[in-house]
Amino acid sequence: MSKGVARSTAEPQGFSRWWLRGHSLLVFIFFYAPIVVLFIFSFNDSNAVGNWKGFTFGWYEAFLDNDNVQKSIWVSVKVCLFSTVIAVVLGTASALALERFRWWGQKAFDAVLYLPIIIPDVTMAVMMLVFFGETAEWFNVIPGVDLSSGLEKLVFSHVAFNISFVSVVVRARLANLDASMEEAAADLYANRWQAFRRVTLPQIMPGVIGGALLAITISLDDVVVSSFVAAVGATPISVYVFGMLRKGVSPLVNSVSVVMLTASISLVLASLVFSRATGSGREER
Amino acid sequence: MSVAAPPDEAQGVDGPSEVATPGLERQSERAKARQGFLLGLPAILYLLVFFVIPLGIVVAYSFATRTRSGRTELRDWNLNAYARLGDDIVLTVAWRSLWVAALTTVICILLAYPLAYFISTRSAVTRNLLLVGIMIPFWSNFLIRTYAWRVLLDSDGLVTQMVQATGLSDGRILFTTNAVILGLVYGYLPFMVLPLYAAIERIDWSLVEGARDLYANGWGAFRRVVWPLSKPGVVAGSILVFVPSFGAYVTPAILGGNKEGLLGSYIVLQFLSARNGPVGSAVSVVVLGVMLLGTLLYFRSGGKNL
Repeated sequence: MSKGVARSTAEPQGFSRWWLRGHSLLVFIFFYAPIVVLFIFSFNDSNAVGNWKGFTFGWYEAFLDNDNVQKSIWVSVKVCLFSTVIAVVLGTASALALERFRWWGQKAFDAVLYLPIIIPDVTMAVMMLVFFGETAEWFNVIPGVDLSSGLEKLVFSHVAFNISFVSVVVRARLANLDASMEEAAADLYANRWQAFRRVTLPQIMPGVIGGALLAITISLDDVVVSSFVAAVGATPISVYVFGMLRKGVSPLVNSVSVVMLTASISLVLASLVFSRATGSGREER
Repeated sequence: MSVAAPPDEAQGVDGPSEVATPGLERQSERAKARQGFLLGLPAILYLLVFFVIPLGIVVAYSFATRTRSGRTELRDWNLNAYARLGDDIVLTVAWRSLWVAALTTVICILLAYPLAYFISTRSAVTRNLLLVGIMIPFWSNFLIRTYAWRVLLDSDGLVTQMVQATGLSDGRILFTTNAVILGLVYGYLPFMVLPLYAAIERIDWSLVEGARDLYANGWGAFRRVVWPLSKPGVVAGSILVFVPSFGAYVTPAILGGNKEGLLGSYIVLQFLSARNGPVGSAVSVVVLGVMLLGTLLYFRSGGKNL
């Protein structure tokens, strides 16, 4: 855009200019200082959380020795993988259905699809709790499904909110694409599946991957819904950490936190690098 | 964060426009509608089972009966749970939630606006770098980011010591409502910065130049030109911050005291400790209502992006 010419007008002069800079610097410090302090204190050789006593790798060793933490991480990874795959398939299909077709009931579906995004965590959690409470017997009739292990419930509920996020990201991508390519493929006697496989899918791939990364992040981040549906013995790591925090803090939380934070920051950077590489432009959320 | 691209009416939905007979056209349109419906069907069924029905059950619970043993039974429909919303405890908690969410939103605007303004007046390279700097906390684990404050606010934590050094107070912030507000501001500030940035970045600066040419001073140009043009961003950011703050549960649980819960904590308490499904559901329904109203207002005010 050619607003660059007048951009200089936008920057205030004199005192306000320095005030603006100072303020921005402080806000960035506000953003990062807690993260940095947490990182430093994960090497603190002390049982108290806030008081620096000396350097140690002890809490990382404790992290590696702790079977419960390891088990929780596995639960998180499993739930995250299953729920992301299902959410990506369903979300992408619904994005295509909404963006490329006109059908009866579309508006209603569109509206419902937005609800999981804007609904508060606690309400969603309560919904899942009462739902599984009321319908557990019916689910257990289905062969191969055992709700009491908790894993299925976690996957089901994570998919329920992630379909919407995936769908929204893929739609944003689809809306910016020209449908004429697909039509051209159809004119050249490609059937719908071929047109999708050869033309549409490669084009929306950045959106699909962006949606998948968002779904992974949200699934790993989720505390509230998961803590309502998780069963004993199958708690995801976020719920496990939340439980530790509420019982009283041990510095073990610091090392676990740093590992989780590193994982989520790597995901962000991966998605930024990826969106840069594919030129999909602005980050969607 | 432009997620909600409005369905584009103009493109690619009509199919081939030149069809020999109108009958054929109608037929192919119907076939296409069927295909679209079938494509969406798996997601429709999934959300019906795992979202719409659960929501329906919560609404039903809010009118249901609680037995002595704490079970919720779907019979003898009544409004008792909603009558309980008038209780002093509920009103106090609701008022506190409203107040905390409002204060969080205002603080976020005050912190985010100058920052968003600063970012959008940078050169393209710096701008992208700064935006990545906002993205990282935006996407990082919320629970852990909240917990980080616990380390700083600990009785001999860094912030506590700094506050004590100023001599203004004893520095005891942890487990108070102030700590909750601090945590919420920290958690949701990126949600304010990004839409504000999107709005300010879009401003046509030649309008500001025009105002300056007409002898508006810096403040005048800001108040009359920049502020009104950036208002959609302020509204969008406010909703993105207010709504989750209003229903917050994690932040108060980690940084707040036991006695000063917010609505989110109250709902959890009703379900997990008090075993009062109807009241918990009724509060959830009300919170959801407030949220939907907020979102509707947002779309009304012309916002398209979430």
